[in-house]
Amino acid sequence: MTTTTEAAPPQVVPLEAARKKRRKLTAYWLLLPGIAWLVVFFAIPMVYQGSTSLQTGSLEQGFKLTWHFATYWDALVEYKWHFVRSFSYAAIATVLCLAIGYPLAYTIAFKANQRWRNVILILVIAPFFTSFLIRTLAWKTILSDGGPVVGALNHLHLLALSDAVGLTSGHRVLATPLAVVCGLTYNFLPFMILPLYTSLERIDPRLHEAANDLYARPFTIFRKVTFPISLPGVVAGTLLTFIPASGDYINAQLLGSPSEQMVGNGIQKQFLNVLAYPTAAALSFILMALILGMVTVYMRKAGTEELV
Amino acid sequence: MTEQQPEAATAGGDVRLTGIGKTYGDFTAVQPLDLTVPQGSFFALLGASGCGKTTTLRMIAGLEEPTSGTVLIGGQDVTDLPPYKRPVNTVFQSYALFPHLDIFENVAFGLRRRGKKDVKKQVESMLELVELGQYARRKPHQLSGGQQQRVAVARALINHPQVLLLDEPLGALDLKLRRQMQLELKRIQTEVGITFVHVTHDQEEAMTMADTIAVMNAGRVEQLGAPADLYENPGSTFVANFLGQSNLIAAEVTGSADGDLLLSASGVRLAMPKARCATDATKVYLGVRPEKITLAHASATGDIAEGRNRLQGTVVDSSFIGVSTQYVVRSEGGQEIAVFEQNMDRDIRIAPGAPVVLHWNPAHSFGLDAAQAIDAGTGEAAA
Repeated sequence: MTTTTEAAPPQVVPLEAARKKRRKLTAYWLLLPGIAWLVVFFAIPMVYQGSTSLQTGSLEQGFKLTWHFATYWDALVEYKWHFVRSFSYAAIATVLCLAIGYPLAYTIAFKANQRWRNVILILVIAPFFTSFLIRTLAWKTILSDGGPVVGALNHLHLLALSDAVGLTSGHRVLATPLAVVCGLTYNFLPFMILPLYTSLERIDPRLHEAANDLYARPFTIFRKVTFPISLPGVVAGTLLTFIPASGDYINAQLLGSPSEQMVGNGIQKQFLNVLAYPTAAALSFILMALILGMVTVYMRKAGTEELV
Repeated sequence: MTEQQPEAATAGGDVRLTGIGKTYGDFTAVQPLDLTVPQGSFFALLGASGCGKTTTLRMIAGLEEPTSGTVLIGGQDVTDLPPYKRPVNTVFQSYALFPHLDIFENVAFGLRRRGKKDVKKQVESMLELVELGQYARRKPHQLSGGQQQRVAVARALINHPQVLLLDEPLGALDLKLRRQMQLELKRIQTEVGITFVHVTHDQEEAMTMADTIAVMNAGRVEQLGAPADLYENPGSTFVANFLGQSNLIAAEVTGSADGDLLLSASGVRLAMPKARCATDATKVYLGVRPEKITLAHASATGDIAEGRNRLQGTVVDSSFIGVSTQYVVRSEGGQEIAVFEQNMDRDIRIAPGAPVVLHWNPAHSFGLDAAQAIDAGTGEAAA
């Protein structure tokens, strides 16, 4: 009895099932390139870096995995001021980007007509047509000692003020925290403006009319309607600005002096000059963990999960 | 009827527009117009899209600045006041609910802006009125269209405005829900007794809900009156065609007798009461609504009572729609005339191709100046 059924199984059913199974698999096949990309360029380097950070040795004698966790602590102690500078410069630059970017994005979204809207948006993106390095070098010229900015600030006696609060020193802008913050702000401004614009542009102007109709004055409309609705854009913009800015080393390198160095400069130095690969890897991991922690707290505070 | 209200009458929620107009560059959206909406009435601005009805409403709300004229609400000149200082609230087309606030906060918005006390109690009782109590903590996008519509009404009404403005509030709803909401809005209006100004392009909606309708066309008020009055005595071809359906027959005045005008329409003698003719011209359109006409087979001509208007013709088309049958008859003059017959005693001989006589009471005719376009207001927007 059993042998007969096994000997002559119904042919159609397994074929159908196989076809269904194959169709289900198609979705996974489509994911493959993306997964492969992530594995090769993200997962493997991460594991490699993680193991590097726990190795000891030198380039001449070779590195060995010794699970040396003390590297992390040593790196953190040595570079604590770099971390402080990284995050405070990035935070100041982010706040400045928001202060400059929000009014601009608001103007593009609500005040500009279609033609001006496109012109301004192109102007916002225009800096991307030149390289990051060249843009930062240009700022070196702008902020140079004989340059227009120093001249103007001196004329207004503002440099004495910024010297006093420690933003600048010796009546010059270049090689001071101010210069680094300026560079960061300039370079990451588009990353703030674009998400802000997208979130503002989606707001139905009738909501403004409805709020106006319901006894809200223009500023109240902004405070109670426009700003809360644009919050996802604010969160996206601040993250897109703060995260790359805190890992940046070009601005500190070109516009700052050794006393403005950020974590990025430390990683670069450990990796390329000192050739202390474990320390460089450990620094990278600490930076990543700190950013991740801050972002998590920030997102919780902003309470944007339900808005997005 | 509503235009000449004495100044002394309780000016509580009267809306008085005098010479109000709006132009955008060369384009005139609203011709300077005078309009008085009496306190406590349900007033409809009816017209096809682009006729200026929404612009008029927005000028009352303060969302649009009039080019000329003044807006008075309850005797107070509000022409130069911004929207947030006017004692009016608006129910917007597609509602414009605040997406980031829940239903409770949406409804509480106006109260909070004015720093009112016991917001919670007021909002809760308002949500009860529109039967949305259990949805207080939902976000607008979690509600159906009809529920969102009720939130929009509650959000405006809770402020006890002197006038509630409704901008096509039912446009986004399906037919069944729209009928239901029409009755609902009418109920709320009777309950709260606030003046409602309602903008719509749906003539049935306007007639169902409003006490007074202003029919607007190309930036002007064509005619103003109670729904039945407008329907029975249209003053222009636009109103005749836009509000319901009309047969307009070109005719010439040949004389008068006993208060009736005698007319000749391509040789056929017709009559209508002088009082129902809106013009002194000799070239007129005689209008008659399709449901006022009775059809008789040509062989039954003898049974038709004396003194009725008659036209000979041939049935071109008939469609049975349940309560009635709609016929298209080509008259001897070559004009197509629509006739709606109740399905009571159907004469089976009346079928396409049959010779018939159309007859109606002359008192059901109305006269319009033939200098107007005969097809004004018949566009698809009027459907």
